[in-house]
Amino acid sequence: MTDNEFIWRIAGGSGDGIASTSQNFAKALMRSGLDVFTHRHYPSRIRGGHTYTEIRAAAEPVKSRGDGYNFLLALGDSFARNPQEDAYYGNEEIKPLAENLDELREGGVIVYDSGLLDASEIEDFDARVEENNWHVYDIDLRNMARDVGREVMRNTAGVGVTCALAGIDLHWIEELMSDAMPEKILEPNLEILNKAHDMIIEEYDVDAVDVTVPEGSHDEEQVLMSGSDAIAYGSLDEGCRFIAGYPMTPWTEVFTIMCQNLPEVGGISEQVEDEIAAAALAVGASHAGAKAMSGSSGGGFALMSEPLGLAEMTETPVVLIEAMRAGPSTGMPTKPEQADLEHVLYTSQGDSQRVVFAPGTVEEAYTQTRRAFQIAYEYQIPAIVLYDQKLGGELVSLPASHFDEEPNPSLGSTLTEAELEEAPHDDSGKYSRFQHDIEDGVSPRSIPGQKGGRFLATGNEHTPEGHIAETPSNRVAQMDRRTQKLEAIAADLASQDESHQTYYGPDEATYGLMTFGSQQGTVEEAVDMLNDQGYSVKALGVSDMAPYPVEEVSEFIESVDEVLVVEMNASAQFRGLTQKELGQYGEKLSSLLKYNGNPFEPLDIVEGFETTIIEGGELSGPETKFVPAAGD
Amino acid sequence: MSAFSAIGDGQPTDQDDYTPELEPQATWCPGCGDFGVLKALKGAAEELGKSPEEMLLCTGIGCSGKLNSYFDSYGFHTIHGRSLPVARAAKLANPGVEVIAAGGDGDGYGIGGNHFMHTARENHDMTYIVFNNEIFGLTKGQTSPTSPKGHKSKTQPHGSAKEPLRPLSLSLNAGASYVARTAAVNPNQAKEILVEAMEHDGFAHVDFLTQCPTWNKDAKQYVPYIDVNDSDDYEFDKTDRREAADMMAETENALHEGKVLTGRYYVDKERISYTEEKQAIGEMPEEPLAERYFDDSYEWERSADLFLDKHK
Repeated sequence: MTDNEFIWRIAGGSGDGIASTSQNFAKALMRSGLDVFTHRHYPSRIRGGHTYTEIRAAAEPVKSRGDGYNFLLALGDSFARNPQEDAYYGNEEIKPLAENLDELREGGVIVYDSGLLDASEIEDFDARVEENNWHVYDIDLRNMARDVGREVMRNTAGVGVTCALAGIDLHWIEELMSDAMPEKILEPNLEILNKAHDMIIEEYDVDAVDVTVPEGSHDEEQVLMSGSDAIAYGSLDEGCRFIAGYPMTPWTEVFTIMCQNLPEVGGISEQVEDEIAAAALAVGASHAGAKAMSGSSGGGFALMSEPLGLAEMTETPVVLIEAMRAGPSTGMPTKPEQADLEHVLYTSQGDSQRVVFAPGTVEEAYTQTRRAFQIAYEYQIPAIVLYDQKLGGELVSLPASHFDEEPNPSLGSTLTEAELEEAPHDDSGKYSRFQHDIEDGVSPRSIPGQKGGRFLATGNEHTPEGHIAETPSNRVAQMDRRTQKLEAIAADLASQDESHQTYYGPDEATYGLMTFGSQQGTVEEAVDMLNDQGYSVKALGVSDMAPYPVEEVSEFIESVDEVLVVEMNASAQFRGLTQKELGQYGEKLSSLLKYNGNPFEPLDIVEGFETTIIEGGELSGPETKFVPAAGD
Repeated sequence: MSAFSAIGDGQPTDQDDYTPELEPQATWCPGCGDFGVLKALKGAAEELGKSPEEMLLCTGIGCSGKLNSYFDSYGFHTIHGRSLPVARAAKLANPGVEVIAAGGDGDGYGIGGNHFMHTARENHDMTYIVFNNEIFGLTKGQTSPTSPKGHKSKTQPHGSAKEPLRPLSLSLNAGASYVARTAAVNPNQAKEILVEAMEHDGFAHVDFLTQCPTWNKDAKQYVPYIDVNDSDDYEFDKTDRREAADMMAETENALHEGKVLTGRYYVDKERISYTEEKQAIGEMPEEPLAERYFDDSYEWERSADLFLDKHK
């Protein structure tokens, strides 16, 4: 625990406005000069069900949720199921207070809405408060809100109380509310914010509170962005103007952002009957000359397997987004997991010919999505961006300049009519769209409506003009050419100036941590903690899944004695991929796994590392699982 | 200037222009109704002066999917049941392209049934030809969604226990704005209907009876046929949804009693196409999207200019 961070958790019921209140609060903290990172926890429910958002703010960069937190604003679940029928789910109304106590740090603050919650219903509440030296404020936020206008404004009252206790200047909140709220609701919200704040200052000794908000400043302008925002903006900046999709949590966020923004840039969005159609539409639009995308979460992506294979065989560029959530089947719809890695790598019949990127941060979500479009259109291949509910939903403060980039609307290896005149055709005038021998295996394409470009695209094996053919020599030539594209892409990626992989920690270290996707920031925080404790540890976050960066990963593994691979699934899929691609190091790689629906916290990794790698012991708790290296 | 100069170039065409020189020998069985579709399509394209390079023919999988091999144009031989989502997206991306989709009864009414309903509902400006032979041909004679009740096959050895699907009624209820049935044995009517279907500004569904002499001998040759629009025995208004529905039901019943009724069943010229609907609500550009990527003077929007402020 560190004194120079403020971790605020606002807890209530699903539908109580927790998301919007916390988003505004996070932005206010960002504007005040702090780096912020949010973590969302919510149930798969329409109304009601315990939900919380945690905002971690510090003057230093924050890359992950923290270990525990130090300020709880418990609003209570106003949509709770009838408390009289509590047999199975228990008393839900009290959960935002009761279920958040375990992770509250010693000396932390509890503000709860006594208009809705009665702390005496919680077993041993007073004893726990005393034992942990918590500061408790039972404030009737509900009544306060009713007096001013509407009960829903108790969130704002809670923010006012928070600011008074933590010493946050109200003007950050007022300014933000003025930007975000329509006038009609702004006035009463400002009133209750100040009223709640002033009441605390007048009636309580705020100096008794240990928790304060650090002060910070930014060198350049910041934005508060989520991974979903970054994926959408990356797509738009690559000239993507067509999306087809079907709603599914958590992919729906990217789909929604695109649907809301595409009309403004003359684009087309289509919500269609199912994910088979969604992916097939993206293929059709791309075939007809648009930069197109689709996407889903695991279950919907399963339906996309066939159109994905069609895009591979017809060499139609397309970008698909896969937002992982806990599976199998419907699994846990609102919980993050990284168990679809093998699914996206291998689904669809035949040898896979695709690119898969797994961005590790919000910045990477933007750059890797842009890269996915570039590779897809240059090499005429499906490119998949794999992320998860954690990266998609977490809001992070970042320099605005990172997203201040020029657009790239290039269709890649596509010919104009003038170029088609010079291109090879068969005797009947059909364009040789799939030429056997050609540099990098990329045979440029034509677009329907172009003079001199007609050809047949087919999911069957085909001749250079697209005629269906099963002769062995043509089959081998076409298969080899398509495979050659993968080699060319690997060489292309390896030759780019900056590595897409993220190295963290000292150059020389005894131990390595490896991870992929959204756990990167958490692993980095764990590396800092481990080195502070005297261990010699560095980390590698891998963002290219296919083609796999064999050389970089080999060098990293070679440079340390032992590697602990951290991932959110039960079958160590990333470690399996690494061993498959590298063909060795099985004895050096062990796994730390977590699949309980919550992402790793830095301490999970620190403790897991110490217990298993250093002490050779076994993990006792149900939270994480250790799978030893093959040689152990 | 358009980057797609084949579109609307008005060049005269004749049927040979749609005949690829490679693989000229169709592999359909002798006597197959699919030859009738190919001939009617070539005739219709010629009559409308559509050049091969302004046409995109999307097919599914099955004997019908071979249409792409024998009709020379831009083609997309997709996967089983998925010709419609590929086709309608191509139409959205470049509305000037003449988009035609085709598939069999298993492809369109079975595995692709969901796409059929929704493409009809959306009323995309395209033609959809269903080769309806009431059987699975390419996989050698299994019962299909339009096989009559009691139809015996290797996979239904005791005869199908299912009522056949009613393609015309389904199409009308789903929202198609042009619904017709023709038959391979009726080449003149077939060509005329395909011409009308291609000219229709909306989703035109043509249920095309294609006899399968190899696997569905029960269905014979779909003769004699009656054109319900020409026969004095049938009186109905094809622009009236209720009357059309009744005529469709009668036609679907009659087929399994050995009476082949064909013709135009429903024509709604009032309804605007999906492209126009989307343009009306501001969710579809006026200029074809595909042109933009070839327009060097187009100023592409930057997300930083448009969207970043709300994150500050």
